[in-house]
Amino acid sequence: MSGSRSDRPAVYLDYNATAPLRPEALEAMTRALEAGGNPSSVHGPGRRARATVEDAREAVAALVNARPEQVIFTSGGTEADALALTGTGRARAIVSAVEHDAVLKAHPETRLCPVDSHGILDLEALAALLAEEPEPARVIVSVMLANNETGAVQPVKKAAKIAHDAGAIIHCDAVQGPGRMAVDIHALRVDLLTLSAHKLGGPPGVGALIVADPLALAPVQRGGGQERGKRAGTENVPGIAGFGAVAKVLASRGREEAEAARALQERLEAGIADIAPSAVIHGAGAAARLPNTTCVGLPGVTNQSQLMALDLGGVAVSAGAACSSGKVAASHVLRAMGLSEETAREAVRISLGWASTVADVDAFLEAWRPLARRARPVATVDGGVAQRT
Amino acid sequence: MTMPDTPTCSLTARAPASETDAAAGFSESDLAAIAATAGDLGIDKPRAETRVVVAMSGGVDSSVTAALLAEQGYEVVGVTMQLYDHGAAIQKANTCCAGKDIHDARRVADSIGIPHYVVDYEGRFLSDVMEQFADSYVSGETPVPCVLCNQTVKFRDLLTAARDLGADALATGHYVRRVPGGQGVEMRRGANPGKDQSYFLFATTAEQLDFLRFPLGGLSKAETRALARRYNLPTADKAESQDICFVPDGDYARVVEKLRPGATKPGDIVHVDGTVLGRHEGIIHYTIGQRRGIDVGGMAERLYVVRLDPAANRVIVGPRSALGRDRFVIRDLNWLGGGAAPPAEGVRCTVKIRNSFTPAAALVRPGDSAGRAEVDLDDPVHGVAPGQACVLYDGDRVLGGGWIMRRGAA
Repeated sequence: MSGSRSDRPAVYLDYNATAPLRPEALEAMTRALEAGGNPSSVHGPGRRARATVEDAREAVAALVNARPEQVIFTSGGTEADALALTGTGRARAIVSAVEHDAVLKAHPETRLCPVDSHGILDLEALAALLAEEPEPARVIVSVMLANNETGAVQPVKKAAKIAHDAGAIIHCDAVQGPGRMAVDIHALRVDLLTLSAHKLGGPPGVGALIVADPLALAPVQRGGGQERGKRAGTENVPGIAGFGAVAKVLASRGREEAEAARALQERLEAGIADIAPSAVIHGAGAAARLPNTTCVGLPGVTNQSQLMALDLGGVAVSAGAACSSGKVAASHVLRAMGLSEETAREAVRISLGWASTVADVDAFLEAWRPLARRARPVATVDGGVAQRT
Repeated sequence: MTMPDTPTCSLTARAPASETDAAAGFSESDLAAIAATAGDLGIDKPRAETRVVVAMSGGVDSSVTAALLAEQGYEVVGVTMQLYDHGAAIQKANTCCAGKDIHDARRVADSIGIPHYVVDYEGRFLSDVMEQFADSYVSGETPVPCVLCNQTVKFRDLLTAARDLGADALATGHYVRRVPGGQGVEMRRGANPGKDQSYFLFATTAEQLDFLRFPLGGLSKAETRALARRYNLPTADKAESQDICFVPDGDYARVVEKLRPGATKPGDIVHVDGTVLGRHEGIIHYTIGQRRGIDVGGMAERLYVVRLDPAANRVIVGPRSALGRDRFVIRDLNWLGGGAAPPAEGVRCTVKIRNSFTPAAALVRPGDSAGRAEVDLDDPVHGVAPGQACVLYDGDRVLGGGWIMRRGAA
């Protein structure tokens, strides 16, 4: 029988889903796994495990200009979001309509703040929503740093001012930030910030909530007194070690990697425009966009078909949010930007990262070219159809 | 209520488990020969470069189809359609939207080493199959949703997706044969009369047929089961459902009432002689030819549902003799008999007015408007139900078919 055809992709362009593990992380994790030890133990192996965790904590804090004691390690971005939105005990939440499900579904009393056609938070709407709140001091606002599907960078600092002026607190899901753009919790002026290791080339199963100021935070997960009582459970020492290693790599190479990604993104988007004049880059009108994220719509070809054809061609990208069954739902992000269901179902996301190369981008373009031939031509203003070359 | 025609959509797979006993007794060389014959798709291209999309339901038929084509050297891509929210259909919270069939299809694909994808056609299936099914019932018809599914999501949408993937063919596990003939590709009944699914595929167009392949068309169910065991498929001994996929508990009326709330009203049961005999709880509970369930006691003669009158919301019943009909009109004719339509002088053929029906001799002539045809049966038959498919045959060859119209409908 045909054997291993089922997992063909050799070209991985889905870093915003999860990034390939960096060798530095693998090495740190291997060391931690071999060393063993419970950080809460008094003995030598326990102390060494504790040192590994604290070393990583310093590196992760430095990545976002925070202090080590502000870092609470969690099992990932979703848990950090849940801890922020529910652990702060605010009665109501206002979150942007383009947040990840981990934020959208975290708080039982959530109202959505709309975005514009470029996927950027509507700050006036945010102010209006806060003004409608009877007790704004009992509200938590959550605005992501940059959107995972379009890469649109959000006006987090301005949103923070609006939230604080109203007496509310603000959380920022920044999982797509590090390595793609600078992240500074003080510059952003947010109260809480979420990070995730595996989006950066670290291991899955580890993240962090950064808490800017001493804020009353009730643990969601109770038990032992780990993470200064904010998150019970024996620390995932190997995962945290991997996270720390990645944070150190980004401290030295983050800017350089972002610049490299920007050059690849320009090549990718120029190639797309050349191959398929009718293709649309969603969020391209945003004032700032992540250098690694391109969300492209191909009129007339469903993203289901694109994903399957690209996968069969050895190229891994993604679209919208995949259900556990594997079916692809229309992106709530693109729908919030005002796109029709049909148009939203024609978009795929290409996301680059630390190991991406020119060859990867070119391989995507080659695999996408036959699909682009099936695209609807560009409609002209007079209702006719432009010739494609 | 009477079931609509027994579905035999291969993508929801079916066959009594008793048939599995017959699977014993095939030698390895028998099975290898069967697979080699079934797996010859007649595509003029090296097999390793021939991409075939297989519609995989999670049932044994489509699983075997995928496994044997992979074995025969094709580049096989498995695709499973997500058609409805499984959890909602069985009214249980916290079940996966996809249900076990998608899980099974994925396990089969993993076991034979082919890529597998799930495509979401929930919206289209709702509008093109489920709502049509409900509307048909409400208007007094007896629908055949499996035909609509084949006609729309399967051979329109999935076929388009297969073309998008650069596939050379779309293969399914249907028991029907595709035979190249003098005037293009012909559709023929499955070789095993007990498993023939041609009734549900009459609406397949010539263009679709050109792209489709049915590797199991020449096989018996026992052979399919034996092949499933030969490939060690996780679904080899899977029990099969006789229900319409989106009505897993067989309660059609509940589904219709959910999709078209308030469309069912009680009304009169009336004898063909005009006498009001009693009340009914909505015409959706009745099907032409049905006897059981007509609650009008005290009548000397056995009564059957002869006609449903949606306008007056009446169920018309009568003696068995009133059931016979020898003429009716079909609409949305799909003609596969060569040329654009049946010849003006008519064509002698046999017809099936439901799946479980012995073909009856008839003369079929073009109707007075486009897409219509008049069916003149040599002898009257019982149970001609509007909304059912009438499929036309020349021996084993499928000439096409259409939907039976209500008497006097415009």
